[in-house]
Amino acid sequence: MNTINSNCETCPVHNVANLVKLGVEMEGYDYIVALAGNPNTGKSTIFNNLTGLRQHTGNWPGKTVSRGEGGFEYSTSRFKLVDLPGTYSLLSTSTDEEVARNFILFGQPDVTVIVVDATKLERNLNLVLQILEITNRAVVSLNLIDEAKRKKIEINYRELSKQLGVPVIPTAARSKDGMKELLSAIHQVATGKYVCKPYQIKGYTKKIRKSIDELTKKVEALYPALPNSRWVAIRLLEGDQTIMDSVKSGEIGHLTTTPTSNMSNVI
Amino acid sequence: MNPTIKENKNNIDELVSFVNEKRWEFREDFHDHVVQSIFDDAYKISQKVTSNSNGKGRRGWEVSLDKIVTSRIFGFPIMFFLLALVFWVTIEGANVPSAMIASFLVDTIQPFLKSVSASIGIPSFIDGLLIDGAYLAMAWVISVMLPPMAIFFPLFTLLEDFGYLPRVAFNMDRLFQKAGAHGKQALTMSMGFGCNAAGVIAARIIDSPRERLIAIITNNFSLCNGRWPTQILIASIFIGSLVPSYLAGLASAAAVVSIAILGITLSLVSSWALSKTVLKGEASAFSLELPPYRPPSILRTLYTSLIDRTIFVLWRAIVFAIPAGMAIWLVANVKIEDLSIAQYFINFSDPFALFIGLNGVIFLAYIIAIPANEIVIPTILMLTVATIGMNGVGQGEGVMFELESIKETGNILRAGGWTVLTGINLMLFSLIHNPCSTTIYTIYKETGSLKWTVFSTLFPVVLGLVVCFLVAQFWFILA
Repeated sequence: MNTINSNCETCPVHNVANLVKLGVEMEGYDYIVALAGNPNTGKSTIFNNLTGLRQHTGNWPGKTVSRGEGGFEYSTSRFKLVDLPGTYSLLSTSTDEEVARNFILFGQPDVTVIVVDATKLERNLNLVLQILEITNRAVVSLNLIDEAKRKKIEINYRELSKQLGVPVIPTAARSKDGMKELLSAIHQVATGKYVCKPYQIKGYTKKIRKSIDELTKKVEALYPALPNSRWVAIRLLEGDQTIMDSVKSGEIGHLTTTPTSNMSNVI
Repeated sequence: MNPTIKENKNNIDELVSFVNEKRWEFREDFHDHVVQSIFDDAYKISQKVTSNSNGKGRRGWEVSLDKIVTSRIFGFPIMFFLLALVFWVTIEGANVPSAMIASFLVDTIQPFLKSVSASIGIPSFIDGLLIDGAYLAMAWVISVMLPPMAIFFPLFTLLEDFGYLPRVAFNMDRLFQKAGAHGKQALTMSMGFGCNAAGVIAARIIDSPRERLIAIITNNFSLCNGRWPTQILIASIFIGSLVPSYLAGLASAAAVVSIAILGITLSLVSSWALSKTVLKGEASAFSLELPPYRPPSILRTLYTSLIDRTIFVLWRAIVFAIPAGMAIWLVANVKIEDLSIAQYFINFSDPFALFIGLNGVIFLAYIIAIPANEIVIPTILMLTVATIGMNGVGQGEGVMFELESIKETGNILRAGGWTVLTGINLMLFSLIHNPCSTTIYTIYKETGSLKWTVFSTLFPVVLGLVVCFLVAQFWFILA
């Protein structure tokens, strides 16, 4: 893989904010950032913009599921960026979705950037809502905003941010628009300057909500420091074997340890 | 045991039993409910923050068209109608070019080869093996398979390029989910309509091993390309003749579609049976994006479907037909005490075969045709002529030949004791029997398990024999 081109480094246009693209250098990072989103939303373009790498990705059945990693430095903090496979949801049992889900759950990234196609907001929100059930540190990158404008779709991103309880940054990754704001949002969430209040799915019937709440309490009693006990409860009721096994073995309790220490045994 | 760990253990057990109890209460509804809640909330939020919702990126007519082709009421009728249309065009269109190719390869080239071999004095055994066996098998496969494939594949590819196939998968998904299988099995099943080996490989898109195995085992119920000609020919002879001649084409097409639908039904029913017995488990959900409709580019479609599919499948058929042709010639010509090997087998298996509405010739043909379903019909014709000692038809004993017309083929089969029941049961058995050797090998490679390979091979044969037996008994009672 290429490390950063020295010409790019000296070019002022590429030095967005005080971003230093570190390419594959990832040692001694302070924070882990996961990059999630539907397929073909420009995730990899954002990944490449931030790390200076050139990651080629594709989305078709049978393709080896891979995970790209790279590093960048911003405002004296070093970040490790992990590009997750593009998925439409986290509910099914396909390998792509399991990789993405397990990373957000067990990898405990400090920030999860959810890249969203602004021209297909409704469908993309399905994934956003699911991710917000798992993690409470996320940033939404409202990408392809230029294309949305061309299609005369206007999105009130401040209102969206209020609804979701996380920062929403309009971006156009192909022309590198909004990268500065995105970086600043990532930094704020990672350092805890911005505290997210993620949206919780509401539409359940009374009976189901009652069972979820009841089980959530039981999970909390067993593993008090677990950050996403409600989501674990939902997965258990859905019959998710991976989660059930990790509850039985007590492995899920380790999620409460410091986020960046248990990276090596993930996936 | 440490008291706190023990207490923890009790708590975990309690939690597990609570989960199991609730899961029993909600069953599969829970998953659907969660998904529905997410979709509802996503819809509400996007409505709240998006202005100008008419620019959704999908054109209005696409949404309306999707509503029709994936509707609960019209979805399946439209699917069957399109399927029937494709078959009807294939059946009607393939007859004339088939006859032309056959008359060229069999009536012109074959006598020429014969005369050349006679003039340079090749022994009759070698001459028979190579020209009457190998060459004729190849000629037959080309003339019978090339025209339908050259019509069927481009039509099918057009539907695919237009974006109709993902809608079929969408319709079928509900049924496969109910059968405890993966919705993507609808896609691998569609692949199987071209070639079962390809369908088995396509099952890689299913991640759960349980559901993938179900998709592999039941793929054989998709009527593959090698079996379409058998279905079409037998339907034309035995079903087409039951109705006035102007309706014959339609009736035959309807019969073939019925067999194809029966195949789909069987694959659903056996998926269900498997997922309730040896391959227990729940269906996993998946997202299927309906791609935009696109006007297909006709020339590119013609090119790719002719090169990638037609020539590829034809080549495979030829490769298998040549040795099979030699084998047929040998069993019909090697004699032990005046009776050929074929004759021994037919006499031996006839009583049982007739009891289930088939005959010994069909049994032998299906054994010889294990490498390729394509050569079932020529094998049957050749063996029928050999057993009834019919004169003046074809070129003699143990020679695979192409008959000039469907009517003449029908006459031979009827002279061989065939009835409408034999025709129907052959169509059924052609749908429900062991996969061809290529598919069996592919199943072994994909599953890596001898047990499941043997199961996938034997399960359909046994089922086919049972189905033929039942149909025959009903027939005998009614007739």
